[in-house]
Amino acid sequence: MATVTVPTRVPTNAVSKSTATTSLWTPAYSLWRRELVRFYRQKARVVGVIASPLLFWLVLGAGFSKTFQTQGPNGGVASHYVGYFFPGAIVMIVLFTAIFSMMSLIQDRNEGFLLSVLAAPISRSAIVLGKVLGGATLAAIQGWVFLVFCPLAGVHVGPFGILYSMSIIALASFALTALGFIIAWPMDSTQAFHAVINLVLIPLWLLSGSVFPASGASGWMKTLMLLNPLTYGVDALRNGLFPAQITTFSPEINLIVTLGFCAVVFIGSWAVVNRRTNKPAA
Amino acid sequence: MATVQQIAQSLQESSRSVGSGEFSGHAPIELDRLSHDYGSRLALDGLSFDVRPAEIFGLLGPNGSGKTTLFRILSTLMVPTGGQAHIAGFDVATEPNRVRQQTGIVFQATSLDVKLTVAENLMHQGHLYGLRGAQLQTRAKDVLARVGLADRARDLVETLSGGQKRRVELAKGLIHSPSVLLLDEPSTGLDPGARIDLWNYLRILRDEQGVTVLVTTHLMEEAEHCDRLAILNAGKLVALGSPTELKAEIGGDIVQFETRSPEDAKTLAAGITQRFAVQPSVVGNAVRVEREHGHRFLTEVVEAFPGAIESVSVAKPSLEDVFIQRTGHRFWLEKNEEKS
Repeated sequence: MATVTVPTRVPTNAVSKSTATTSLWTPAYSLWRRELVRFYRQKARVVGVIASPLLFWLVLGAGFSKTFQTQGPNGGVASHYVGYFFPGAIVMIVLFTAIFSMMSLIQDRNEGFLLSVLAAPISRSAIVLGKVLGGATLAAIQGWVFLVFCPLAGVHVGPFGILYSMSIIALASFALTALGFIIAWPMDSTQAFHAVINLVLIPLWLLSGSVFPASGASGWMKTLMLLNPLTYGVDALRNGLFPAQITTFSPEINLIVTLGFCAVVFIGSWAVVNRRTNKPAA
Repeated sequence: MATVQQIAQSLQESSRSVGSGEFSGHAPIELDRLSHDYGSRLALDGLSFDVRPAEIFGLLGPNGSGKTTLFRILSTLMVPTGGQAHIAGFDVATEPNRVRQQTGIVFQATSLDVKLTVAENLMHQGHLYGLRGAQLQTRAKDVLARVGLADRARDLVETLSGGQKRRVELAKGLIHSPSVLLLDEPSTGLDPGARIDLWNYLRILRDEQGVTVLVTTHLMEEAEHCDRLAILNAGKLVALGSPTELKAEIGGDIVQFETRSPEDAKTLAAGITQRFAVQPSVVGNAVRVEREHGHRFLTEVVEAFPGAIESVSVAKPSLEDVFIQRTGHRFWLEKNEEKS
């Protein structure tokens, strides 16, 4: 009879081979979900999402209309500018929420959470996808909440316009969150992040056609605005909110540049994350 | 012969095992002339040793000895600059995902998300390792019950005590049933009771599930619990073996005479060499001698050199004595002393 040698201690715990392959979607979904769970567990952030646009609107809207009324001879200027400013305001809210949401990346790194994610058998793209989609979802929700104020800004838009605007807000959220990811990845302090963000964010927004149109700007200012990918996002949002209005660029160009912006920053995030080095990872 | 194969196969299936079964030709952890150079200093200097299946292996060394560097390399968070390291037969530098699937890691710093519940943390970790759905639910429940936290599953991690958090870390490292478990200074921040629990649990993992455990530590008393030890100093392997073997190599007792100053110690050492024909070592103010029947030797020395000795001690060799014997200096050194 054949004898079978049985190991004295058979490992009962090793992982089956099918799970040894690198997966993308499950880890990405898990990281995305975590961003949302963390968001609603921190009630102050939830309140902020609802309250900040409201406050912003009350203060800025009221301030602007009074100022412009005194200047404009027939009062029409004020309502015109509030309407013009509305898409820019949405983009600003999205911009801040998106980029600041990636501060959590620095926090994850400092708290050690990121270390266990980096040591897991997942593709690094899953980390980018999960984190960026998580931040983008929160930023997009923030932007969508702001659309409630459409009637107040004198924007009367049909269901298609709303859907189009929501899509543009989603794309802008994604691109800006990925931009935040690229900036936050190599950093280890939130203070440094703040400094860089202020340096990048404010000009990015001011020169995006949110406050004044690129067509009216002159010389180098105009060039900068044309180079700013956010300019096309703001313009695309105008296409959605004011379908009848003729915008600086055509809707097609706006959409293409915005999609291109998404692709470039996503690839950029992917590239910064995928470096394996002789230096400590975290 | 078909029956033999069938039996072997059913054994494999019943144990869901491909770990050490499949890689029976490989040690769970193999280091081959592993080196790491941070540019300004050499943190690991040509380490070569194997860790055997289902043992608790300790990596003992003072701060700066290269433990952390080795841990980073084994946990695939850093690529070594020279040599190779394999876990379950896979190269940590070129096949990181293969290695990761086989390895559970418990970092020294907490890696939990405190805003999530205990169960959510485990589910998340499971997702990262390709587990899902009902299988993951069951697995999370199992590991949590194992570390004795089944009743805290729904609590936010921020409400747990330090010891409980560490147990969740352990559960997190085990969620994907790794064949190798790496722990970096696992006793950090644990009270004595929690330490005992941890070590009992590691032994259960070793005995019941055949998990190979690698523990880094700078604590001698913790190293005593390990089946085998590698003692590191300045990136080099200075000793390898079971704590008992290592201590047995010293032979006899450790007799130590404290004097007033290093100069006095040197004088005393010279005197002892002359009179008793032994080679004592001088460590700071103290003269140390390894000797059979230490208590008898001790009285002889004290009678021979009255007044030169402040205090005396005799002890069975400890791991610190092994370290001193191999390196010629104490385990704990000030930074500027290290060069000598």
